[in-house]
Amino acid sequence: MNDNTIALTLQRPDFTLQVNLQLPARGITVLFGPSGCGKTSLLRCMAGLERGQQALIRVANQVWQDDSHNTFLPTWQRPLGYVFQEASLFDHLDVQRNLEYGLRRERKTLRISLAESIELLGIGHLLKRRSHELSGGERQRVAIARALASQPELLLLDEPLAALDAARRQDILPWLQRLRDELHIPMIYVTHNADELVRLADTLVVLNAGQVVAHGPVTQTLAQLHPPLLTGDDTATLIEGTVCEHDTRWSLCAVALDGDAASPRIWLPWSATLALGQRVRLRLLARDVSVLIGAPTSHTSSIQNVLPCVVDAINTDSHPAQALVRLRYANHYLLARVTQRAVHTLPIEVGQTVWAQVKSVALVA
Amino acid sequence: MPFTSDDLTTLWLTLRLALLTTLLLLVLSTPLAWWLARTRSRWGAVVGAVVSMPLVLPPTVLGFYLLVALGPNGPGGQVTQALGLGLLPFTFAGLVVGSMIYSLPFAVQPLQNAFAAMGQRPMDVAATLRARPLDAFFTVAIPLARPGFITAAIMTFAHTVGEFGVVLMIGGNIPGSTRLVSMQIYGHVEALEYTQAHWLSASMVVFSFVVLLALALVNRSSAVQRVLR
Repeated sequence: MNDNTIALTLQRPDFTLQVNLQLPARGITVLFGPSGCGKTSLLRCMAGLERGQQALIRVANQVWQDDSHNTFLPTWQRPLGYVFQEASLFDHLDVQRNLEYGLRRERKTLRISLAESIELLGIGHLLKRRSHELSGGERQRVAIARALASQPELLLLDEPLAALDAARRQDILPWLQRLRDELHIPMIYVTHNADELVRLADTLVVLNAGQVVAHGPVTQTLAQLHPPLLTGDDTATLIEGTVCEHDTRWSLCAVALDGDAASPRIWLPWSATLALGQRVRLRLLARDVSVLIGAPTSHTSSIQNVLPCVVDAINTDSHPAQALVRLRYANHYLLARVTQRAVHTLPIEVGQTVWAQVKSVALVA
Repeated sequence: MPFTSDDLTTLWLTLRLALLTTLLLLVLSTPLAWWLARTRSRWGAVVGAVVSMPLVLPPTVLGFYLLVALGPNGPGGQVTQALGLGLLPFTFAGLVVGSMIYSLPFAVQPLQNAFAAMGQRPMDVAATLRARPLDAFFTVAIPLARPGFITAAIMTFAHTVGEFGVVLMIGGNIPGSTRLVSMQIYGHVEALEYTQAHWLSASMVVFSFVVLLALALVNRSSAVQRVLR
């Protein structure tokens, strides 16, 4: 399958949005960046709701816009689904007729039936209700199902959870992960929330003031140090692996990291949603990783997860007392937040073999 | 029988005029209000001011200029004659034209407000769901502007029923053809037929109250819906 191409320029009052991206035609691409960096504008240009200049937009081998050939498909001719930030359901229609609105206008053969999108988003019990009778989370689930029912080749989501409180967000994230795993529709997901990023992203594009400052597979891109993409307590890397053991006595499970059968395992609390052999993604916060020089003795520390790593890079952190140390184990990256004094006195040097002690890991997908 | 047969004729004529004016004006005002609500052109302000003129002009001034414009030497009169429609002053058609111009702001402004309040979002959403612009306009914009349409219809209807100056100028108070309730009341008073004047006037008072009550109820139910959203 060919990549999707998005290249365009858009003059904004306070910055110029300028991108030239090849995005994989599968999985979730997260557009990440601070408010007002051009994420939403980029999404609106892809949808044709705003018109970028010098644009080439090609999705699923179909040209949506090509300014060198004066091609511009209006929004309604682009086979996309769009989920807006706030509730966008039509108030004059009930849920069922909202869902049917796009479906009825789409003539090609159905890839996703209405019943399937209703089932995927768990909204079967809401069909007769009006938009004002739904909670914020239910409205967004209906909006996502409505977008799916219009048979999109590409699903664009503009901060779909931003208007929800933290608890409702946690309710919807599993539905989005389910879409990613069960449908083969590429998604572009705009957010400035680090939690949504680590849970959903396969590919990461970071925007700042209209420019792409980082772009690539999420595990690689998050390990970038110049500057770290997630700041403060959010600074983290992701590692992926497979659940390989369930210790029922201590209610723990072990994850074998990708690419190395003989590697030390990462232990974390067992969760009922897990199964042996399942692929998982773990988040390691930089503040939970510390650096140990010399081999650990297994009887002197409460920390169970210790990985032999090579120091890959050292960078200053936002506070002058702190440094970020990037550690590499096989093809996995960890970031450790340590004091500058520790870097100086231990010392920690690039190329050195050290041990990473990981105080806690979180299962994010 | 409190009404004379003349009274009933004027009531019926007034009702027909108000209904026809409301219908035609809603059709005409919808695209105009849509344009006014969306345009970023500086012409928007100019057109908006022209549309609102009947609110501030003395009705006799409006009626006078309409009479001149639609008369045999006026530009409107030339056009209607060239089209084989004859001259409009002192006819029912002339009354309809006069009433439409007089009530234009009462139809346009509620619609314009309704379209402006809904913003661009519903149209964007419809476009992402494969709706062509015209399709989206009829299936999304118009249903969402329903309270605006109800307000516009009630205001136009009531305003047309109550007009006097414009219709007197352009209609000429011809019994059975252009004599409306307001002129009939005036005629009764002139002839010192106070009982007849009372009956017609009192029915207008009741009518006005019912209209305003209906308007308040419509607005309240849509306000309640807005709060619930």
